Amino acid sequence: MAIILTEAEAKALCQKVLSYSKADECEVNILGEERGNLRYARNEVSTSGSLINQNLQVQSAFGKKVGVATIDEFSDESIEKVVRRAEELARLAPENPEYVSVLEPQTYLKSNGFFESTAGVNPAYRADAVAKSLDLTRSQNMTAAGFLENQKGYSAMMNSKGLFAYYPSTSVNFSLTVRTPDGKGSGYVAKGYSDVTKLDTAAATKIAIQKSKGSVDAKALEPGKYTVILEPTAAAVLLENIFFNFDARSADEGRSFLSKAGGKSKLNEKIVDERVHIYSDPTHPDLPASPWAGDGQAANKINWIENGVVKNLVYSRFWAQKNNVKPVPFPTNIIMAGGTASMEELIKSTQRGILVTKLWYIREVDPQTLLLTGLTRDGTFFIENGVIKHPIKNFRFNESPVIMLNNLETLGKPERVVSTETNSNYLIPPMKIREFTFSSLSDAV
Amino acid sequence: MAGLGTGAFMLPGFATGRPVSPEALLMPGDDVEVKKRLADAALNAAKSKGASYADVRIGRYLNQYVTTREDKVENIVNTESYGVGVRVIANGCWGFAAVVDAKSEAQLAKAAEEAVAIAKANAKLMKEPVQLAAQKGFGEVSWKAPFKKNAFEIPIKEKADLLLSVNDAAMKNGANYVNSILFQVNEQKYFASTDGSYIDQDIHRIWPLFNVTAIDPKTGKFETRRSLSAPMGMGYDYLQSNPADKVTGVTTRYNKGYDMLEDATAAAQQAKEKLSAKSVEAGKYDLVLDPSHLWLTIHESVGHPLELDRVLGYEANFAGTSFATLDKWQSKNFQYGSKQVNLVADKLQPGSLGAVGWDDEGVNTKQWDLVKDGVLVNYQAIRDQAHIIGAKESHGCCYADSWSSVQFQRMPNVSLAAGKTPLSVDEMIKDVKKGIYIIGDGSFSIDQQRYNFQFGGQLYYEIKDGKIAGMLKDVAYQSNTQEFWNSCVQVCDERDYRLGGSFFDGKGQPMQSSAVSHGSSTARFNGVNVINTARKI
Repeated sequence: MAIILTEAEAKALCQKVLSYSKADECEVNILGEERGNLRYARNEVSTSGSLINQNLQVQSAFGKKVGVATIDEFSDESIEKVVRRAEELARLAPENPEYVSVLEPQTYLKSNGFFESTAGVNPAYRADAVAKSLDLTRSQNMTAAGFLENQKGYSAMMNSKGLFAYYPSTSVNFSLTVRTPDGKGSGYVAKGYSDVTKLDTAAATKIAIQKSKGSVDAKALEPGKYTVILEPTAAAVLLENIFFNFDARSADEGRSFLSKAGGKSKLNEKIVDERVHIYSDPTHPDLPASPWAGDGQAANKINWIENGVVKNLVYSRFWAQKNNVKPVPFPTNIIMAGGTASMEELIKSTQRGILVTKLWYIREVDPQTLLLTGLTRDGTFFIENGVIKHPIKNFRFNESPVIMLNNLETLGKPERVVSTETNSNYLIPPMKIREFTFSSLSDAV
Repeated sequence: MAGLGTGAFMLPGFATGRPVSPEALLMPGDDVEVKKRLADAALNAAKSKGASYADVRIGRYLNQYVTTREDKVENIVNTESYGVGVRVIANGCWGFAAVVDAKSEAQLAKAAEEAVAIAKANAKLMKEPVQLAAQKGFGEVSWKAPFKKNAFEIPIKEKADLLLSVNDAAMKNGANYVNSILFQVNEQKYFASTDGSYIDQDIHRIWPLFNVTAIDPKTGKFETRRSLSAPMGMGYDYLQSNPADKVTGVTTRYNKGYDMLEDATAAAQQAKEKLSAKSVEAGKYDLVLDPSHLWLTIHESVGHPLELDRVLGYEANFAGTSFATLDKWQSKNFQYGSKQVNLVADKLQPGSLGAVGWDDEGVNTKQWDLVKDGVLVNYQAIRDQAHIIGAKESHGCCYADSWSSVQFQRMPNVSLAAGKTPLSVDEMIKDVKKGIYIIGDGSFSIDQQRYNFQFGGQLYYEIKDGKIAGMLKDVAYQSNTQEFWNSCVQVCDERDYRLGGSFFDGKGQPMQSSAVSHGSSTARFNGVNVINTARKI
């Protein structure tokens, strides 16, 4: 059998699994994927490889007693074995008072995240794409370290109430760090696409080369509060800490940045500048994502923050039931709306500030305020009177993205970015922020 | 993310595994004879397609985690992952292919052929062929983690009951919420190479941990206190409470036996105490750092910068490079730290996460000095790097986190050697005029060349004129690696030596997690910059 199943094949396989079930409720999840990657450093290939993977997971429930088992062989005998095993586990398990019965069939949006172009990527394609990057760095006497990874796969689920969901997808991520031979300059670029025909490794490499050359001989500025322009790659790694903390239960329980004194959450309250609009849309052509969430709920278009106000939070099906509200699944993609300003306009309108192209090693310091620490990396520049004056040494910052979005000056046009912390893809605009807190200098290049 | 996984309750390595029934975790490992036959199929196929070197790893990875909150068992998950990874050198270039559920010789041969095809496709991008340090074959050998009680043999109910009693103790002592987890890991790895090694290894790890939250309803402020346990290369015996493994003082800390119930009781009381603790005044302090905290500073500021692949630029696109460049090492007088600082790498310490018989490219494990009397003397190197530092053999620290991942240089245990002069923690504190005593690991961040770092902790105690003066909060310290280690003035003796560590050291693309321990005794660092992290939103 193929590793990557069509919708009809996946449905037939799920039905076969369910036909063995004797439990009150049964839920089946399957997936298959093929991945390939090419990694290079010091202008040479270092490691590269391929992966073929699949698995089948069965969840069986008797009342609120639940068992889960999986297997990676798809023969009839193996399928029956894994169903029996899940049922045995369910009988042994303690009751889970928070178990919620499996979902009725749902209606899903249409989202096209599978591209034949990407599905056809092979070792020769990867080698050629990387050769285009290496030709540039070698000929300009720059040192490249990069990574190209493509993936194609599907996931599907079915349950004993007749719910069926299927989503095939492809992706390609390319990232590159270019350093000067003397180690005094470093530049970075990352691109993520569902359709590999949009990937231009040579064009991306030129961006990293330009940043690397431009960052040589950085001067030290005093740490303190500065106006900053965050390129989308830099903004994404701060903002995703807000996205990860949209959980209603933590907020209601008083242990989230979205909690208030007295056991309330900040739902429906304004927490950031009114121009901030953060939402999800699995059908967005530039960021297609699964139209169903992990437990089978529909991932619909939803606003998280609109006009600076918290409009929705993630409610698990248990927490929603307990609070008598509609459940809201964790999103499958996240988009921040932007303005119209170009990067050039953002720079031109800045009297004194710092252009931050990338941030690194972001960690939460205080969950109550979402205070984060981390450092600038791979190209940080001083702006004066609307022009980039010179590169500056890297800073450590201590800043909360909530405070940052209250200090918003201008938003640019959103673009698809790859998080350098989590590899997640988002649509995020560049943004100008006042009074961003840098707390110390770093000698790192 | 390079560096450690963020939270105690993030489960990156576990989320991708597949759950199985408990009885599957107790099945004996796959037959060595079968694995040898499969391995030979891959090695022969690789050679016949033109590979000059090949190795194959047949892996079965079993995990179990039990998660609870307050009075509920949230989840009991058993994951199993079985597959094969084949690595080759062909035309002077590495190639790797991994296949799930490969149990026939034909599948193994096909994976080997794919790995050779990838190597050949990429060889045209190589200027210099890979140079592999020679390694003798060991024939058919095996290694098994030493432990008294196999955690997978303990009934689920006993583990769930333990966690629920831990939660109960926390709630009774003032916690508003408590989450607890018990991780158990078993790696069954079979390695074979064209050097003539057939190595069967059985590795066990355990990590019990919790997080307690206390909330002040009036202000809406909350504070947390995580467990002071360490992940260990041990069985369920780590959860046996033994007075000899307890270090008493301002709070109890643990060595090779962890009293989870006692720690949870203290944690709840301390989380409440933190709510009204004094917010630290920013400035310079002498820091007294407990091993439950210092392991992470060692990990980030010593372990990572001395990875030779980082030094050479192989990790430049993600984890970064290193300030500890080859010229500093070659000078033989680069003062990494003060004379008190001796940093040792090993893959041998009993009970540590790094301990194995052989690494993932068939090299026997060992111990070696990284920093001796404060001077940088060595790095961590594997077979394709040894020639760069003039070494004839690898240090034996190559690792892959799964059959599906390619093996590469990973951090061995890196530890601060205990002080040679007898010194207790109390004696150390007695001498400090203005200081902070930090216990437990907290927030952590360091730049891509490992100069500038910032660390928090779990518990902070103010030291005034040689005495503990009370609890502080909102503490983080910032320093520069070389400056910090040169400010080390004292290390307690071996009576205080303990291991800390993590399951989730991240590195590489695609990112892989590695488990690593770091030992130390309590150490004192003078005049370190402390910042106040309190903010309002």
